[in-house]
Amino acid sequence: MSIKQLTVFVENKQGTMVSITDLLAENNVNIRALSIAETEDFGILRLIVNDEASAENTLKDNGYLIKVTEVVGVKIGDAPGKLSAALGVLDKSNINVEYLYAFMARTEKHAYVVLRVEDNAKAERSLEDAGFHLITEQDINKL
Amino acid sequence: MEKKYYQKEIETMPLEDMKKLQSEKLVKQVKHVYENVKYYRDLMDEKGVKPEDIKGIEDLHKLPFLTKADLRDAYPYGLLAKPLEDCVRIQSTSGTTGRRVVAFYTQKDVDLWEDCCARAIVAVGGSNKDVCQVAYGYGLFTGGPGLNGGSHRVGCLTLPMSSGNTDRQIQFMTDLGATILCCTPSYAAYIGETLKEKGYKPEDIPLKAGIFGAEPWTEEMRRGIEASLGIKAYDIYGLTETSGPGVSFECEEQTGMHINEDHFLAEIIDPDTGEVLPEGEKGELVFTSLDKEAFPLLRYRTRDICVLSRKKCSCGRTLIKMSKPMGRTDDMLIIRGVNVFPSQIETVLLNEGYQPNYQIIVDRVNNTDTFEVNVEMSPEQFTDRVGDILAMEKDLANAMKTMLGINPKVHLVAPKAIARSEGKAVRVIDKRKLI
Ligand SMILES: [Zn+2]
Repeated sequence: MSIKQLTVFVENKQGTMVSITDLLAENNVNIRALSIAETEDFGILRLIVNDEASAENTLKDNGYLIKVTEVVGVKIGDAPGKLSAALGVLDKSNINVEYLYAFMARTEKHAYVVLRVEDNAKAERSLEDAGFHLITEQDINKL
Repeated sequence: MEKKYYQKEIETMPLEDMKKLQSEKLVKQVKHVYENVKYYRDLMDEKGVKPEDIKGIEDLHKLPFLTKADLRDAYPYGLLAKPLEDCVRIQSTSGTTGRRVVAFYTQKDVDLWEDCCARAIVAVGGSNKDVCQVAYGYGLFTGGPGLNGGSHRVGCLTLPMSSGNTDRQIQFMTDLGATILCCTPSYAAYIGETLKEKGYKPEDIPLKAGIFGAEPWTEEMRRGIEASLGIKAYDIYGLTETSGPGVSFECEEQTGMHINEDHFLAEIIDPDTGEVLPEGEKGELVFTSLDKEAFPLLRYRTRDICVLSRKKCSCGRTLIKMSKPMGRTDDMLIIRGVNVFPSQIETVLLNEGYQPNYQIIVDRVNNTDTFEVNVEMSPEQFTDRVGDILAMEKDLANAMKTMLGINPKVHLVAPKAIARSEGKAVRVIDKRKLI
């Protein structure tokens, strides 16, 4: 059920980000969502893209340090309190969220949240039991 | 039958005969230097030593030392022992620290040097049936010309590639079936990595042996290169001051390098007192040339720290063996008053499961030394969690602190992010010296 997140090591050098986004654009990869975690010395770029395999190969071939991580994607209503509700479900199940980021759909009135947790299956079960709709790789490709 | 030695009589000479030969040559070499090199004559006169005082190798300790500083003072012609008309070649050190050394060669000097390299090639199983790819730099650097000459003498088909242009190296290696590779160990490792990236397996390439020198490398690096190229990897040692590569070379036993002691007389001294140490003790390696015409050096201090051994070798050679240099008296860094050898950093990395791809950066900010170590992380080590990477950096810094006694700042970087010139790897950037 989980979706694939592409993680890229980004050196703290001017122009690194744009060379990554340029590469993806040249290879017709559409970025659906991204987040960046940065420290003094380096950044970690996390991407959800429409064509994970193509993005992965392109970046690898160009010498980037990358890792594919399975994350949980969940659809939530575009209204105040919806994110809180989803997080509340996880909290009640004692599931620690390491990081998360959200994005909006272009057409539907929905937001999507990407969650990084220790145990994907457990998180997915809890969310589904609470009535949340999870998103799949196919959903991402269609977005 | 395949030849096992290039010059059997010398390479397997009984010790007593070798000592006699060295003594005869030393007497002549000292006389040659005293008569033709004013710089060294002055040093001998100052010490009150006359050529007649040197009757054999037992008198070697009476001679004054030569250091790199002397070579700098005497630049360019001060240590030349032959008229320029008799010289045919120069070679030079890289001079990265602005201390260039220029060595001169007569044709006989070149011939003897190439013989030394030929002994090294035959010792790794080389013969006229082999294709020898020389990927050391050519030019002023001695690596390319030395092994090129040795390869010719053995009769190998010689590929004078020089260093760099790795795609072309691999093309020639595979198309022409190179069986012996000569280059720096870091370049050999780089070629191995590149072959792997291109989808080659070790069994896809015909290489059987490699002769790697001109920079320090570890046993772990040797195993890595042997696995990635599917070869046996042999060490070779030399320095421009004494001729170039081939001063000593490894045999099939891979337990140290046989010194071509019919040409280069070796001693180990205490680097602080200059006192000669007995066989088996660790100290600074000192060489005295025995046959050099143009650029003879008596008791030249190499600054390399190693051990000599006369233990019987299974290859049948009786030539004395030296260990791989364990460090240099001059690559020791003093950071916040503590002695740091780059080899210590390398040991920590290997112990902690990292590749020895690192760079030490030392600077001085507000009168305090800063000490940073950049380390390449492998794709397997990379994670999407910032916390994990910071923890890995901290663990490495702690391991280094345990080894060194001072705390570095460790930065993990992407593979190949550290500038790996295709020749020598730059392991230390000491910005304190650049002011
Ligand atoms: Zn041997």
